[in-house]
Amino acid sequence: MNTTIMLFLLQDGITNGAVYALLGLALVLVFAVTRVILIPQGEFVTYGALSYAMLATGQVPGTARLAVAMGVVAFGLDLFVVRKSLRLRRVARSVALNIAFPVAILTVATALASPTTPIAVNIALALLIVAAIGLFLYRIAFQPIAHTSVLVLLIASVGCHLALQGLGLVFFGAEGLRGPALSSAALTIGPLRFTGQSIAVYGLTIAFIVGLWLFFGFTLMGKALRATAVNRLGARLVGIRTTLSGQIAFLLASLIGAISGILIVPITTLYYDTGFLIGLKGFIAAIIGGLVSYPLTAIAALVVGIVEAFSSFYASNFKEVIVFTLILPVLVLRSLAAPAVEEEKD
Amino acid sequence: MAMAQRLPLIVFALVMAAIPFLPGVPPFWIVLLDNIGLAALVAMGLVLLTGVGGLTSFGQAAFCGFGAYTTAVLTTTYGLSPWLTLPLSLIVSGIAAVLLGLVTVRLSGHYLPLGTIAWGIGLFYLFSKLEFLGRNDGISGIPPLSIGSFKMIDPGTIYYAIWIAVLVSAVLTMNLLDSRTGRAIRALRRGHVAAEAFGVQTPRAKLLVFIYAAVLAGLSGWLYAHFQRAANPTPFGAQSGIEYLFIAVVGGAGYVWGGVLGAGIVVILKEILQSYLPYIFGGQSQLETIVFGILLVGLLQLAPTGVWPWLMARLPFKPGRKTPDVSLTLPARERAPASPSVLLQIEKARKQFGGVIAVNDVSFDVHAREIVALIGPNGAGKSTTFNLITGVLTATSGSISVLGKKTDNAPPQQIVKLGIARTFQHVKLVPDMTVLENVAIGAHLRGHSGAISSMLRLDRADEAKLLAEAARQIERVGLGDQIDQLAGSLSLGQQRIVEIARALCVDPMLLLLDEPAAGLRHMEKQRLAALLRQLRDGGMSVLLVEHDMGFVMDLADRIVVLDFGTKIAEGTPEAIKTNPDVIKAYLGAAA
Repeated sequence: MNTTIMLFLLQDGITNGAVYALLGLALVLVFAVTRVILIPQGEFVTYGALSYAMLATGQVPGTARLAVAMGVVAFGLDLFVVRKSLRLRRVARSVALNIAFPVAILTVATALASPTTPIAVNIALALLIVAAIGLFLYRIAFQPIAHTSVLVLLIASVGCHLALQGLGLVFFGAEGLRGPALSSAALTIGPLRFTGQSIAVYGLTIAFIVGLWLFFGFTLMGKALRATAVNRLGARLVGIRTTLSGQIAFLLASLIGAISGILIVPITTLYYDTGFLIGLKGFIAAIIGGLVSYPLTAIAALVVGIVEAFSSFYASNFKEVIVFTLILPVLVLRSLAAPAVEEEKD
Repeated sequence: MAMAQRLPLIVFALVMAAIPFLPGVPPFWIVLLDNIGLAALVAMGLVLLTGVGGLTSFGQAAFCGFGAYTTAVLTTTYGLSPWLTLPLSLIVSGIAAVLLGLVTVRLSGHYLPLGTIAWGIGLFYLFSKLEFLGRNDGISGIPPLSIGSFKMIDPGTIYYAIWIAVLVSAVLTMNLLDSRTGRAIRALRRGHVAAEAFGVQTPRAKLLVFIYAAVLAGLSGWLYAHFQRAANPTPFGAQSGIEYLFIAVVGGAGYVWGGVLGAGIVVILKEILQSYLPYIFGGQSQLETIVFGILLVGLLQLAPTGVWPWLMARLPFKPGRKTPDVSLTLPARERAPASPSVLLQIEKARKQFGGVIAVNDVSFDVHAREIVALIGPNGAGKSTTFNLITGVLTATSGSISVLGKKTDNAPPQQIVKLGIARTFQHVKLVPDMTVLENVAIGAHLRGHSGAISSMLRLDRADEAKLLAEAARQIERVGLGDQIDQLAGSLSLGQQRIVEIARALCVDPMLLLLDEPAAGLRHMEKQRLAALLRQLRDGGMSVLLVEHDMGFVMDLADRIVVLDFGTKIAEGTPEAIKTNPDVIKAYLGAAA
């Protein structure tokens, strides 16, 4: 192998790895706060990416309408829960969040739909759409069963993945899409060429890792979110609004997913079902990080990206096999390090 | 099985056998029933693995793949008879399960399902890339099953092979669950500490269910290959793995028939969605996945335990329970020939958790026919001392000897063999098992039947003795009326008594009771004290941790007082009552 190829593979691996790191971080975040293993994370990626790509061509993506529909359902659930004590302020807040917010996005998206809309506006719209979907997804699918076991939450999560992936096909069709690049700047160091796109990927990943670490380690809100994960009842008793914690976690996760999608859609063609595999690779990183550690997850994601790049060069047929078996040695190590006394499970 | 329990099964078998002969049954229904049977086999394994054993797997479809590809390669490339490949398919699935299981079953909680997703997908890609498995195209031209010159080509004939497999597997699985090994498996979901305290080798039990589920999936794969007469990677991917788990959860993951019912519901629902949705919404593809996903989320909100238990709760009649024949007896546990008077000797035992010294060089003995109480304020290290004695924790230094022999940090399964049985401060019973079944776990080491003899019902003599012993101990502690209730439905005080009965099933020489009187009413406490005195007079020793001073002072022959991990006093109740150090520890310096 010559050095140039190695450098290229490394660069490729690190770029992909950075995206996996973003997704891994979001998975860790959601699991740490809600105990939900977020399989639909991959759908947030494709929804973000393909909504952005469609907006860029001047169309209004179906996801904007999905956000409105989910908002209506969420509003219905809110009303049902507070039916015994309907107070104007409560209802007004629910209307503002669940109805007015997505309708406003849809209206703006429809009004601005044109191939000449600035990239920044399209990005903002795509992010808002996916953020709304993430928020309502928690309200509809997970909030009512937030107290149940990890297994039940996991199955519900699978159900959401199936529904959202199916809807993805309806919205975006079976054809893949690509979006316009965020910037055309480029930088050449030795044999390597860094596009503005890949530099944005690195920068955002690092920013998120540092941001999440600061948020969870040093802010009261971050600590409240972690407390919710450890003991919902205890968190409620000390005055933490556990529902709010879950909503914030889903909001962040959907935003991170959408950002990852928008970052990669100018580099690779994305299909409605690509997100699942990308999300799973983020998973591998998250598992290696033990679903608790952000820095470890980020490092693991880079390793996954690099292994993937090298195996696609040397054994392209077995690329996925290699990436997914990567997890087994990690599991073995985790088994050996497993504590002797385990906490009682419910 | 009693006749009353066997009857619904026989009726079900007869109905299933008659369906292909009914006039007017469309051939398409038979195909559906074939698919239901194939899915039910996999789901049944998942019931045992996930619903009962608490090990969630998304990778079962890969084991179907092992079964299907084994027979596909051997029958097409090597021309073997399908009947010859049946055991080979099961063995290959089983070996794959051993290899993957050794890695995965030791993982706790969510690592396991995530791990199974990962290797499930890895194996799917492996199937679709290997040359000798035909890559993405798979292998076609697999011969049909045949008996003599009769070939099972059409769906109506292989139907019988599939459903015989389902019924036989269901009976074997139910037999397994209703046995000594089955109780060990059912205890897994509640954590391993309690089961191990009674000699259950939990890693081995987990591996057993993992292999069992994989072999059932392999059987389904083998049938699938000869039903479709082809094998390609698609049905063995992650999506199918997820679907099998879905089937088990929909039907009722804790129930064998839940797996079959779930398979029926899901296969039929998918069929309906696939054939009718395009009419309603005009040809949009993948609509069934959307509806499917939404239904799944909705169902979990309405009935998180599945349809089968929901259905059973609405039945007008309840299945009767058999009462154990208490005239049967188990041979007593083997005892050391010459018992020295010191049963348990603790010398300078020490346990550090990082910088915290939970037990600080504590020494004391327990003699034969003696009730010793271990008391001290909260956090004094009493329960930690119990955990050191029973092998749940390993001591940092010091030694613990039983009958003069050092235990050398032996695991709990070894300690219980020495005749030391315990209860727990936080009750560790299996709430959805009856009192009888919970207590019978205590007699685990006194039975010998393994998984295979249980499945084939060769364990009945052994099993009857275990249940008789359990019933006798339940009677002894005064819970005879509650014997058939679910342990989770008893009051906390009663659950503590159930734990004592379970410990007595070990036939112990030393009973370790961690706060047995907590949550008991006055009369119940007196009855408990009388029982413990009677046990002592019968030759047993008792070491107990208790906060109720009246109870302890009346009952104990000797008291050991711990404070902040250190022994501060030891003596008769009278001496302890007036000991200035003890008064200081409990009431503060000024008292």
